[in-house]
Amino acid sequence: MLKAMLGEAWQAMGANRMRTALTMLGMVIGVGSVVLMMAIGQGAQYAVAQTISTMGSNLYIVISGSTSSGGLRSGGGGGPSLNVADAEAIAQLDGVSHVAPVHQGRQQLVHGANNWSATVVGTTPAYFDARAWAVTNGYLFGDSDLRSATRVALIGQTTAANLFGSDDPVGKTIRIQQSPFLVIGVLAKKGQNLDGRDQDDTVIVPLSTAQRKVFGTPFPGSVRVMLVQAVSAEAMPGVETSMIALLRQRHRLRAGQDNDFYVRNLTAAADSAAETTRVMSLLLGAIASVSLLVGGIGIMNIMLVSVTERTREIGIRMAIGARQTDIRSQFLLEALMISIAGCLIGLLLGIGGALLINAISDMVIVISGGSVLVAFGVAAGIGIFFGFYPARRAAALDPIEALRHQ
Amino acid sequence: MPPPLLRVAALGKSYATAAGPFAALGGIDLSIEAGEFVAIMGQSGSGKSTLMNVLGCLDTPTSGDYFLLGRNVAHLGHDELAALRNRSIGFVFQGFNLLQRMTLTDNVALPLVYAGVERAQRRLRAQQALDRVGLAGYFDSLPSRISGGQQQRVAIARAVVNSPALILADEPTGNLDSHTSEEIMDLFSELNRAGITIVLVTHEADIAAYARRQVRFLDGLIVSDVATAARAPGEC
Repeated sequence: MLKAMLGEAWQAMGANRMRTALTMLGMVIGVGSVVLMMAIGQGAQYAVAQTISTMGSNLYIVISGSTSSGGLRSGGGGGPSLNVADAEAIAQLDGVSHVAPVHQGRQQLVHGANNWSATVVGTTPAYFDARAWAVTNGYLFGDSDLRSATRVALIGQTTAANLFGSDDPVGKTIRIQQSPFLVIGVLAKKGQNLDGRDQDDTVIVPLSTAQRKVFGTPFPGSVRVMLVQAVSAEAMPGVETSMIALLRQRHRLRAGQDNDFYVRNLTAAADSAAETTRVMSLLLGAIASVSLLVGGIGIMNIMLVSVTERTREIGIRMAIGARQTDIRSQFLLEALMISIAGCLIGLLLGIGGALLINAISDMVIVISGGSVLVAFGVAAGIGIFFGFYPARRAAALDPIEALRHQ
Repeated sequence: MPPPLLRVAALGKSYATAAGPFAALGGIDLSIEAGEFVAIMGQSGSGKSTLMNVLGCLDTPTSGDYFLLGRNVAHLGHDELAALRNRSIGFVFQGFNLLQRMTLTDNVALPLVYAGVERAQRRLRAQQALDRVGLAGYFDSLPSRISGGQQQRVAIARAVVNSPALILADEPTGNLDSHTSEEIMDLFSELNRAGITIVLVTHEADIAAYARRQVRFLDGLIVSDVATAARAPGEC
């Protein structure tokens, strides 16, 4: 019975090929755009998630307060209000896993005949833990380098490529501000950060060395920035509260006095970037779904026309014993076949389009089995939903009226 | 005495019109035995088509009873009526009413699809029925490729394929020339001789002459019901 009905539905579709093809095209475009848009959206989400994971997780950044001198205010990070002792005290707090004081700035680097400007970061070994940053070649510096302010440097991949080309930088010497630094390791590649800055264009040296040999500071031991990592996302609010209380106490701030530092939640900023791409990908999907809906309405439209055109056929079928369910199933099956066939072609085109975009641009495209399944399910649902009303109209026809229909 | 194949008692059918209710059938009594060949005659609007629709289980009466094969079917639901049309009744229409997209075999096999017969069996029985009406060479033709007389033969094959107790033919020769009409009527006579009950609606006396009983309608009532001598095949 089902096989006979499938055969008939196939015949009916073949009877008016142009119309069937155009109706199907609605579904093809709908499903194709949903799959493509979801692939682009999920690709963007994936790319952002990748970028966020290079930043390190559960991070706060603490920035020293501004100073004002002769009416000129310096902005955040200008004052000497934070120091290494603050960092050590914060590291003792519950829920804090790593604290890395940072002193960074752009400097000209020289190796042999090459020179290159990159961000020089002076920090402690905790920095590599907080940012989950490993060396691919060589080794990290340790606390003893910090204590004795050795002139060692870890070099990012972009900087390494610009100064050393294809040579191995480990064991070679670069000069920063006239001081020679021994390159002891090359850092793993991290790519761009959320702002689009290349995180690999950097040189990392011990904080003490940076302050003495590179930047020079009138306030030894003071830092402008600290990275504070909490043990978990749940621990973050507690860490923020106790860290602020601790710093206020250490800086002897009276109640009512403003903080002389700023605390920014980097993870929250990252979350909002992730949220933005999530909303964008939802929006893309929603817009694409509208075309799927329009495709469904196209099916309903054609099925209604088909029921009217085939009224006499329906009458004949009823006269020779078709029940209302038989007529209903027949038209439902036709609608379903059009939508599923359209869906399959749409899937192929959507996936093809996604692969094409992936091939010709460096956009990240993620085609998940889930999105394909969802598109397929929605298309089948649309076939049933928009096919049901015409099918019910066909089944409810009065056989006598239908037989008289010309 | 066995019960009649069909019996209607005080059968009435009225329609609501703008001018008030209109009685298409004014309460008729009619009984048809198995194996009869009955012609129902009358002018258009006399109620004969309404009776055919009720007898064919396409329509339900507004009053009275209709016993088919000993069962009162006057007020059955859609699905039960569909099952009766499928198994107990075969229709032959004036306009043939074949499905143009399908081959003759598929057209004839269609009632068997709704009866739930499996495919190989459907083809076999459909082709036997086509053979019986003299269209053995046309199994895979489309209706548009054959003549009107042949199309009507296909319709008859479709009507008999599920071995119904009753064939209802509504002006079966209305679209055919007189020579072809005779062939079709001869075919009906042959089926009748094989034991199938035939009820035929016509307004042509020479077509009605093939039947052995003539029932005449006027204004929704039976005005005469006479037995006639069956005309010999081929006689003019």
